[in-house]
Amino acid sequence: MQFDVSTAPHVIAGFTVPRVMTQVLLALAPVGVAHVVLYGPGLLRQLAVCTITALICEALALRMRGHDPKPFLRDGSVLVTAVLLALSVPPLLPWWLAVLGTAAAVLLGKHVYGGLGYNPFNPAMVGYAVLLVSFPLEMSRWPVPTIAEWDAITGATALDQLRTGLGQRLTMQEIFAQPAFGAVGDAGAQWVNAAALIGGLYLLGRKIVRWHIPAAVLAGMAVPAMFMHTLDPGAHAGAAFHLFSGATMLGAFFIATDPVSAATSDRGRLLYGTGIGAVAWIIRTWGGYPDGIAFAVLLMNLAAPLLDRYTVPRIHGHPKR
Amino acid sequence: MITAGLRLDSHKALAMQRPLQLAAAPAAAVVSLDQGGGTTASPAVHPGMRVRIGTAISRRGDATTATLHSPVAGIVRDIGLRDIPTPSGRGLCIVIENDGSDARDVPLAPVSWESLSAADLIDGIREAGIVGLGGAAFPTSLKLLAAREHSVEHLVLNGAECEPWISCDDALMRERAGDVVLGAQVMMHASGARRATIAVEDDKPEAIAALQTALTAVSDDRIALLALPALYPAGAERQLLAAVTGREVPYDKLPPAIGLVCQNVGTAAAVASWVRTGQPCMSRIVTVTGSGVNRPANLEARIGTPLSVLVAECGGYCGQPRRLIAGGSMTGRALTSDAMPLSKAMNCVLVAAGTDLVPRGREMPCIRCGDCATACPAGLLPQQLHRAALSDDAELFERHGLADCIECGCCDYVCPSQIPLTSRFRAARGRAKARREEMQRAADARQRFEQRERRLAAQAEAERRAFDEARRRARGAGAPSDGTDAI
Repeated sequence: MQFDVSTAPHVIAGFTVPRVMTQVLLALAPVGVAHVVLYGPGLLRQLAVCTITALICEALALRMRGHDPKPFLRDGSVLVTAVLLALSVPPLLPWWLAVLGTAAAVLLGKHVYGGLGYNPFNPAMVGYAVLLVSFPLEMSRWPVPTIAEWDAITGATALDQLRTGLGQRLTMQEIFAQPAFGAVGDAGAQWVNAAALIGGLYLLGRKIVRWHIPAAVLAGMAVPAMFMHTLDPGAHAGAAFHLFSGATMLGAFFIATDPVSAATSDRGRLLYGTGIGAVAWIIRTWGGYPDGIAFAVLLMNLAAPLLDRYTVPRIHGHPKR
Repeated sequence: MITAGLRLDSHKALAMQRPLQLAAAPAAAVVSLDQGGGTTASPAVHPGMRVRIGTAISRRGDATTATLHSPVAGIVRDIGLRDIPTPSGRGLCIVIENDGSDARDVPLAPVSWESLSAADLIDGIREAGIVGLGGAAFPTSLKLLAAREHSVEHLVLNGAECEPWISCDDALMRERAGDVVLGAQVMMHASGARRATIAVEDDKPEAIAALQTALTAVSDDRIALLALPALYPAGAERQLLAAVTGREVPYDKLPPAIGLVCQNVGTAAAVASWVRTGQPCMSRIVTVTGSGVNRPANLEARIGTPLSVLVAECGGYCGQPRRLIAGGSMTGRALTSDAMPLSKAMNCVLVAAGTDLVPRGREMPCIRCGDCATACPAGLLPQQLHRAALSDDAELFERHGLADCIECGCCDYVCPSQIPLTSRFRAARGRAKARREEMQRAADARQRFEQRERRLAAQAEAERRAFDEARRRARGAGAPSDGTDAI
């Protein structure tokens, strides 16, 4: 009897990219819910605009590059990019800006480098950075969270007010008494951060992401924050405030963990994550932007090849490098 | 301790539901001169010659080739190229027609191994045709010789049997634990090792219990039994030795360099069977399993039995067999035909049907998730090796340890992009080897050329000198000139 042949191994786990991406999207659900509860249904519109734009750009770019778009559209990675961007931009951002940001993410962030697997930068953060640099005003107008019971429609976030307040030589007590501040971090963002933490822990539990990057991001931010807060509590907010304001948790678990643009060895990922946390904290503390996650991620994306170069793990039977 | 690796569905219970069976002798045995160890023996018989069970049918070659023995009594019908289950796919085979008499070549007698010198014992093991029955078919005598030279201290018997589907060692340890222990004692004598450890994965409690009983019976306190966590590939030699001893074999050395020697439990039992009865190695236990076979079981079958006969022994094919695999699902070789013969290297015949195997889907780009690196038991970064493979970058290959890949297939198994990493790496190693050989050839050619140039120059020089000399002499001997040279 004759048989067909194939190369070993003849069995695979079958946990494919689309299934990974589905899990990531599932883990983002709590963030979406918190977002809608706090900031209203604007997110739903952004989600629709971003995903449709992303799918169109992806299909277009793939066709122009001479690929069959179907398997790539099904893999879900472009959806994750679109959803992350939609969650990062203010819910009331004009639709054409969302389109612009998504197009920048998919085309400039991903396809000019060769598409899935070849992008040196996190595509969602490329889109976000393009919008933030080009439209800083629109990008910093967040609706006041409904639970804060404040009468303005949009206002500055706690990270913004911290910067302004410190600039005006207000005391920490005065700053934290402002309505944008919640019990731990930003009045609204603290809940979004908590939701992202839950989703992130789910991803850790399902072994979709490994602990190195998220833990390092959080430590990279918490340690300098704690240190400076202890040294000078009047000029620096504490670690808990930083961890639960801005995009910290979303960044730690969902953005920094994009494997394509991250460092790839365990040690490399610890350094990479630490760098993101620390750079974000530095930007928040001394830089020109209230939140620094996006720029921190992009900067560390740049460093990833270097980290990979110097963090090759010891191979079995080899001496220490 | 092994930290990387995979927990896989073992599928071992399928063949273990039946006791070890003795397979009937085939009507014709096809004994390949390459039993899977990569070296080819030269035949010592010719067509038409009558042989008996145990007749040596290959010449006593150099130390790298163990002797082959006829597994049946009958007439040599043919020596020619046939399909064989090795990477090359074809090789010289001796076909012996079985006359059914089962006549023996010489009366068998036990070997008094304790009174033999180590060198004679190792020689006897080679003459008995014993090779690594774990799947490498590497001559056992060679390993023991190297062990002897390095005066190793510790013999590790590999009973991990980590690969899915394969249960021949499990069956052996359950039913012939005494032979495993005796084999350990003989090989300690041959190698000079002062202690031995029999390492078994902890998903084989019956085997462990049987070995425990056998060890108690001989009360040899030099031999220890160790249960390892069942984590594929715990049975890979370097990984096993690290798990047992806590020491890693340096990448550029073999285990004897750090005082260790590793043998498969099946090999130990073959040695034991030889010293007990004097019978050379011409049969082995093979697992015949998979959803594509009616009655999966472990068979003790003669080397050279066509696989179709083994399958028939197990009730024949059923369902829609899709693949015939020599070995397990992770590292086994898919065979084209069941006419191929059983070799000493073949521990399992997997007749895969239905959902036994999970074929790869469409390959997608690597997303550098690093799941492969987490799974890799050699501590490699397969995602980086893959990048090197895309550009065939020799320097990147070296930095990321292409040569240290043990081809266990763990990276393929976990890869969410379904990239055939292991076969890419295997191909890259082939290319690297070809490149090295090419460079060696170029260097040799240059050396030859330079030598030739030097030789020709020297020759020309010598001729010129001889010419000058002759001319000088001719002038000296000829009519005296006016004393001054024309020039």
